[in-house]
Amino acid sequence: MATVELRNVRKQFGTHEVIHGIDLLIQDREFIAFVGPSGCGKSTLLRMIAGLEQVTEGEVLIDGSPAQDVPPAKRGLAMVFQSYALYPHMTVAENMSFSLRLSGTPKAEREQKVRTVARILEMEPLLERRPSQLSGGQLQRVAIGRAMVRQPKAFLLDEPLSNLDAALQGQMRLELARLHRELNTTMIYVTHDQLEAMTMADRIVVLNQGNVEQLGSPLELYQHPATFFVAGFIGAPKMNFLDAEVKTVDAQHLTLMLTSGTSITVPAPLQKLNANEKIKLGIRAEHLALEPEGELRGEIEALEHLGPRAYLHTRLADGTRLVAQTDGDTQARPGDHVAFRARSEATHLFNSSGRALTRSDPQAEPC
Amino acid sequence: MTGEVASKPTRHLHRPLLAPSVGALFLWMAVPLAMTLWFSAEHYNLLRPGKTAFAGWENYRDLLTHRALWIAMGNTLFLVGLVLAITLIFGTLFSLLLNQDFPGRNVCRLLIIAPFFVMPTVSALIWKNMLMNPVFGLFAWITRSLGFGTIEFFSRMPMLSIVLIVGWEWTPFAVLILLPALHSLNPEQIEAARLDGGGPIALFRYIQLPHLLRPMAVVAMIEMIFFLSLFAEIYVATGGGPGLASTNLAYLIFRDALLGFDVGRASAGGVIAIILANIVCFFLMRVVGRNLEDLR
Amino acid sequence: MRRIGQVRWELAIVVWAVALGMFFPILWMLLCSFKTEIAAVATPPALFFHPTLENYHAVLERADYLAFARNSVLVSLGSTLLALALAIPAAYSMAFFPTRRTRDILLWMLSTRMLPAVGVLVPIYLLWRDLGLLDTVFGLILIDSISVLPIVVWMLFSFFREVPAVILEASRMDGATQIEELVHVLLPLCTPGIAATALLSIILCWNEAFWSLNLTTVKAATLTTFTASFSSPEGLFWAKLSAASTLSIAPILIFGWMSQRQMVRGLSFGAVK
Repeated sequence: MATVELRNVRKQFGTHEVIHGIDLLIQDREFIAFVGPSGCGKSTLLRMIAGLEQVTEGEVLIDGSPAQDVPPAKRGLAMVFQSYALYPHMTVAENMSFSLRLSGTPKAEREQKVRTVARILEMEPLLERRPSQLSGGQLQRVAIGRAMVRQPKAFLLDEPLSNLDAALQGQMRLELARLHRELNTTMIYVTHDQLEAMTMADRIVVLNQGNVEQLGSPLELYQHPATFFVAGFIGAPKMNFLDAEVKTVDAQHLTLMLTSGTSITVPAPLQKLNANEKIKLGIRAEHLALEPEGELRGEIEALEHLGPRAYLHTRLADGTRLVAQTDGDTQARPGDHVAFRARSEATHLFNSSGRALTRSDPQAEPC
Repeated sequence: MTGEVASKPTRHLHRPLLAPSVGALFLWMAVPLAMTLWFSAEHYNLLRPGKTAFAGWENYRDLLTHRALWIAMGNTLFLVGLVLAITLIFGTLFSLLLNQDFPGRNVCRLLIIAPFFVMPTVSALIWKNMLMNPVFGLFAWITRSLGFGTIEFFSRMPMLSIVLIVGWEWTPFAVLILLPALHSLNPEQIEAARLDGGGPIALFRYIQLPHLLRPMAVVAMIEMIFFLSLFAEIYVATGGGPGLASTNLAYLIFRDALLGFDVGRASAGGVIAIILANIVCFFLMRVVGRNLEDLR
Repeated sequence: MRRIGQVRWELAIVVWAVALGMFFPILWMLLCSFKTEIAAVATPPALFFHPTLENYHAVLERADYLAFARNSVLVSLGSTLLALALAIPAAYSMAFFPTRRTRDILLWMLSTRMLPAVGVLVPIYLLWRDLGLLDTVFGLILIDSISVLPIVVWMLFSFFREVPAVILEASRMDGATQIEELVHVLLPLCTPGIAATALLSIILCWNEAFWSLNLTTVKAATLTTFTASFSSPEGLFWAKLSAASTLSIAPILIFGWMSQRQMVRGLSFGAVK
């Protein structure tokens, strides 16, 4: 049961700064995900919390007390590594009880704890095997079990699912969420896969180039991305972006001229815009509807059938690519010329520095 | 991010762990080296203790103007060059053969690498006595039976005989390194080359040989270290003779020091040997250093 | 392209001929060791003979052979243990806590190996004489362990580098100190590599001739010195010499065969993975 707090945390490798001053308060029992592209600093951040990486500047507080000079094992945290990092020369049971053995726990107590955890994870038959005799999913369970045996204040998970195949990933996502409910412990989860973050986390920290882009619940990030980067990173398929120029603007309406030559009118943002200012218009695939009179005209390049729905990959007249969601039984075919209408109130606007322009009341906006 | 070596908080243990090895090697290198340099500038003979005197360059001048040094240098280079060529050519050839699939492949591999594990004095003994002896040796019997008479290996061509022995000992070393290197070549590369219409020669020339260059360089460099101070084989097989015919630098210094008791002259010879080795060492470091690129 | 399952006999014959040719000198010595002294020098060479063990009996009964063998065992084991004791901490530190100078230190260590032994023969001889180490097993262990040290460090370093750093991090998260990490995780994990390193070191020390020929005479002399003393028997004692030589090389040959595959990685300085 722990809170973890970062205060203006910076990290330099040599002269190269990779984390540029991050402030973050992770609540007790929260499932928080660090998500971002590779090299964004999410793993480094996790490793600084673990104590495997030194903090160059700033403070890491665990349960309110500074932890920078506390060695990893004394922080009361447990880590699950991407490659599992099991000890190949030990059995599963020995792997799981190694930390207890090091801390001098009596044998009987060690065995009892290992049994308990093995029962929760349904891996009792595996206890006497060695890691080389286990499948990927089983290795994953052992790695999690090894962390659980220590009854840590918080779990640190570094891309734990990335070495599993897609089917197993889906299963483990549900299992991790269940474990979090049952253990009722803080979990800090690092992933490059926004889907994992969206499906499991209470809150998500989106990192980009060593900075926090946005912090919020999965739905907040999806519906109200604060930056162009978050809008593009969260959600699949990726949000469509169209380059646009402000034509006219008043209190209610903003009319934009798209590079394809057509114009489109959307609700105006709170921020003041000038005529001829260049901005980006973002539209999610599900907010585009096929309509003969739609303002976005193009040719279908490819069709992706997913059963209940289909994605139309379309190329507009000016070369911009657009993905639109439609019904699974669509009659459209590659090569067809189509037109879409965007749900104007669901569009996103980003200024030239990548910040989102907000509309009056975010809560009132439909999704 | 995960591949990176981390946890600097424990760095303070770094030095005490490294110190014993570095210290031992430093002592081993610095002290005798300094002494060698010092002795090389002295008149110092163990048979006349207490009569040391500063000699300046005299030991070096003696050595450099005496033909023994030049013969020994010539023999050293002859040996290094020829044995290198032999071990690399035959090592590559044998590796290519062993890289094929045929019955008994693993046994053949063990038989071929066996000579590398034989102690140098024993291999010199086997060759000198049982194979190359002009009276009782197997080779002598073979050549006589074929009507060629007897080849007097050690009196007529002492250096070539030594080269033969050392080549036999060290070709297995080349196989030991080159065969796994050949084996590590991605089989898909070979299949792709076959599909492109490459025959075995093209395959070797354009795929296998380029892949082998780096391990070959390592083989050459390690062998050079050993060949430059080759001693036991000469000591056992020829004793440096006849005359100076099979005396290399190492044997010459040994003769000066432990048979002639002339510490000054032997040390000057040692310095020359070190300089020669350093020239080789320079190239070795570049080759080996390249294999450590990922540490930078 | 060749069909699977088709045996290439012509290739097999060529390679077997090469292999037997390379092995022949050793085989010949082995055969001689089972001959009588007269059969050993017979012309034409005797291929068929009544094998006898009398040479081995004769060699093993000579007390001095056993003394040489004991020295060889002591020197190669002693030097290997000493070298490992020095090298394991050094290799551990360089493999897992590399600094900007690690590469230079490694190359420097290797370069000491390149210092020709003969260049320092004189001072070492005089130092050993003055320290009373001439013709002592300890003196030979000292010099042999130093001369194999660079290779041992290199080999251990390459084996340690193959251990993912993340496993050591996991043990650190589990609360292991550096010593516990080394003893409970790294060393057990690298047992095959350490064994291969030890074997190579034993082989090199066992076969080492330069220092044992120059620094020992009788008391601490090893089998290399012993065999060297037979340099000119001119047909006398060949069978016994063969038996003694066979006994001298057999253990090392078997060690070498056992560890050849692992040894390569250490010997090739990173050129073969």
